[in-house]
Amino acid sequence: MEIIKLSKDKTSFVVLGLLAVITFVIPLCNVFFSADSVFHFSAYSVSVLGKYLTFALLGLSLDLVWGYCGILALGHGAFFALGGYAMGMYLMRQIGTRGVYGNANLPDFMVFLNWKELPWYWLGFDHFGFAMLMVIVVPGTLAFVFGYLAFRSRVTGVYLSIITQALTYALMLAFFRNEMGFGGNNGLTDFKEILGFNLQSENVRSMLLMLSGITLMGTFFVCRWLVNTKLGRVVTAIRDQESRVRFLGYRVEMFKLWVFVFAAMIAGIAGALYVPQVGIINPSEFSPLNSLEIVVWVAIGGRNTLYGAIIGAVLVNFSKTVLTGLMPELWLFTLGAAFVVVTVFLPDGLVGLLRHRLEEQQA
Amino acid sequence: MKVNSLNMNGFLIAWLLLLFSLSAHAAENASSPPPLLDALEHLQQGTFNEREKAIAQLASIESERSLPILHALLDGKLFLVKSDNQLVIGEDNHHGYDLFDAVSGIELKSISRDEVNKINLTNALRTSLRKTIGQLELNSPVPAIRLAAVHAMAGDADEKTLALLHRLASTEKEPRVKQAITLIFLLKEMNSTDNALRLQAIEQLKEQNSIEVINGLHAILDKEVEGNALETDRQVRNAAKLALSEVTRRQQFYSTIETVFFGLSLGAVLVLAAIGLAITFGVMGIINMAHGELMMLGAYTTYVMQQLMPNHLGLSLFLSIPAAFVISGVAGILIERGIIRFLYGRPLETLLATFGISLVLQQSVRSIFSPLNRSVATPEWMSGSWQINDFLSLTWNRFYILVFCLMVFILLLQILKYTRLGLEVRAVAQNRNMAKAMGIPTDKVDAMTFGLGSGIAGVAGVALSQITNVGPNLGQAYIVDSFMVVVFGGVGNLLGTLVAGFSLGIANKFLEPFAGAVLAKILVLIFIILFIQKRPRGLFPQKGRAADS
Repeated sequence: MEIIKLSKDKTSFVVLGLLAVITFVIPLCNVFFSADSVFHFSAYSVSVLGKYLTFALLGLSLDLVWGYCGILALGHGAFFALGGYAMGMYLMRQIGTRGVYGNANLPDFMVFLNWKELPWYWLGFDHFGFAMLMVIVVPGTLAFVFGYLAFRSRVTGVYLSIITQALTYALMLAFFRNEMGFGGNNGLTDFKEILGFNLQSENVRSMLLMLSGITLMGTFFVCRWLVNTKLGRVVTAIRDQESRVRFLGYRVEMFKLWVFVFAAMIAGIAGALYVPQVGIINPSEFSPLNSLEIVVWVAIGGRNTLYGAIIGAVLVNFSKTVLTGLMPELWLFTLGAAFVVVTVFLPDGLVGLLRHRLEEQQA
Repeated sequence: MKVNSLNMNGFLIAWLLLLFSLSAHAAENASSPPPLLDALEHLQQGTFNEREKAIAQLASIESERSLPILHALLDGKLFLVKSDNQLVIGEDNHHGYDLFDAVSGIELKSISRDEVNKINLTNALRTSLRKTIGQLELNSPVPAIRLAAVHAMAGDADEKTLALLHRLASTEKEPRVKQAITLIFLLKEMNSTDNALRLQAIEQLKEQNSIEVINGLHAILDKEVEGNALETDRQVRNAAKLALSEVTRRQQFYSTIETVFFGLSLGAVLVLAAIGLAITFGVMGIINMAHGELMMLGAYTTYVMQQLMPNHLGLSLFLSIPAAFVISGVAGILIERGIIRFLYGRPLETLLATFGISLVLQQSVRSIFSPLNRSVATPEWMSGSWQINDFLSLTWNRFYILVFCLMVFILLLQILKYTRLGLEVRAVAQNRNMAKAMGIPTDKVDAMTFGLGSGIAGVAGVALSQITNVGPNLGQAYIVDSFMVVVFGGVGNLLGTLVAGFSLGIANKFLEPFAGAVLAKILVLIFIILFIQKRPRGLFPQKGRAADS
């Protein structure tokens, strides 16, 4: 049913096709072609591509909140980082005796801080299943509590944006503290393996890339389906005329809460996929700037389209990689200019621009 | 070149003076050696006995050079030049020593480290030297030096010092020095053998604000390992216990005052950062994420002004205030005319665009000045602290910032209340369309309001440059905080901003002692997040029709 509908939506079709190519062809190439072949992708480019895909997933989740529900969340990176930390904790526990101090019961940084035993909130993270559950549950719970309080008391617009920013800022300060037991400044790093597979190996990286791609495509389908359900339509209506929807008898705050929590969970999954591919998670992921960058991906790609967020995330991060490599000074100028240009001249993002052009040609 | 020739001149003069003094010495040597030279003669001898004698001699003669020489000796800055056995005082520079003649104090040439021998001391000598210096300083004509000397002696005063202090007490006019001396005697009496005297001393010490009193009383109340009190006299013990509770109660009182002061000064910084925002956000409904960077511009203006006139710190600071106002204000007007005016009515987009501007400004500063922090010097009168008593001292720079903040705030209120611009700003804020219909040029008013808010951000930056590092990230550190202040106080309400800033500052400082600085900040943030849930329009919500929109 969905597939048929999809075939009519050309842009989604193209984006999904490209995603499928990245997801399946690159890992297959790496399996079939030897390391010196032109078709062989280096471990670096594989993990960079994988990183882009997790960012795309993150952008997708923000588009759900911002594009469809009209909540400009400036703290969305917090959920991403929390998911990342949950995954990082599992990977830390997998190091076992291979750490610098060779302590099987405690991660290195805790030995360094003279801690005697594992804090209670680290218990259970030895088990992959439990850790993966936490990847979803922790961001989801935070989003639920925060969203419940905020939406119930009808905090909207810029106020909501600012307190979400304060939320991620507070979390950043908290995670910087050594006493929190999450590695302080340095965060969690030096991971060795996941489920017994060596994280440095090229095949594992290809697998992670494939996994990120599949998750992204799956989530894309779910989100597309979701925004076309009745629930999705109510959410869009809330974005456009919140009080009118309320007067019609819908419990606006429940709809918003639902979307907010769902998006936070997706962000958590994105974080969990991101951490094994880059090999580190630290408190700077909570920084307000990171969360704002997510907003830019979505704004540049074009919000309210889902695939726009994916295009934006990949495009912005690709140019970030290129620019910071060539001229580090230029990156912030470009990013800053992108904010201004997109908001003033391209309210519908690049996707909107393209669509506009196409319509002009057809007319 | 100029510096060089000056140096040469100084050098020549020094040489001439030295020659002169040497010939003078020769003439005097013929009769009897003057006491100062005689004493120094002893110092030059190798043995420590001779040195002890020399110190005593230096203390006894009435020469104004005694103190500097003794100080140099204590600090290990007194040297003998290897080549001619001249006694010199050496100030460390990075490649050797700048020498001063010990006898005359005149500057001599610089010399490398291995051309001089240091005059060493034993530990016992050093202790007695310290006491000697203290006794000498008691006679200094400068009250501050006398006071410091008395304070230095409070720890262990021997009979000789006590005698000296007695003598000083009878002639001393400066009340603070007098009080310090009394304190020493009382402390002495408290530990004497006469119990009646002790009780009396404790009774009087109760009124004193001094750490030493607390230490002394604690010493009386100390217990042995077995739990028996060291002090056998029950009456003395009870009196001490009572006195201690009274003094510590006062100490707590003063430390509360100090905390409130620190809180107010932190609040002042927050208010300074937030009032500009309160105008653009509150009056115009614009979210200006570049506000922090406009503050940063102000701070860098101070830095540049100081580079332009390095010899007039105070003046450059004063000139920085209008300069920063103009620079940040103009930057603000440019931002408003160039970008924001296309985005009125779309607050979320404004937020994003101004955030982009903040990134550009940050990176520009990084490219122009350097990514490293720049240090801005503080004028003399702003550094140091105001020591009210042992328990309470207020740092001057924080104090001035508090005053400055209030001045800026009052000035801003007056502008909004009494000037034509203020009237128009309020009119536009209340009802844009009606104001337009009455002939108010809303476009111009928007630009001016934004410029005013930005200018105040610049002025806040000048204040910030005096207490934190000036760097590209300066603005970012304050942006979340200042939004919190505005939102907490109630948007569109300047007085609310003031109250919110001060209360958040004080709350922060009261939480800090038992939660740590970072946790305190987190707790305050969480509190505000929860507070906004409860009262989404802040402490002082706008009332009336304007509130509906």
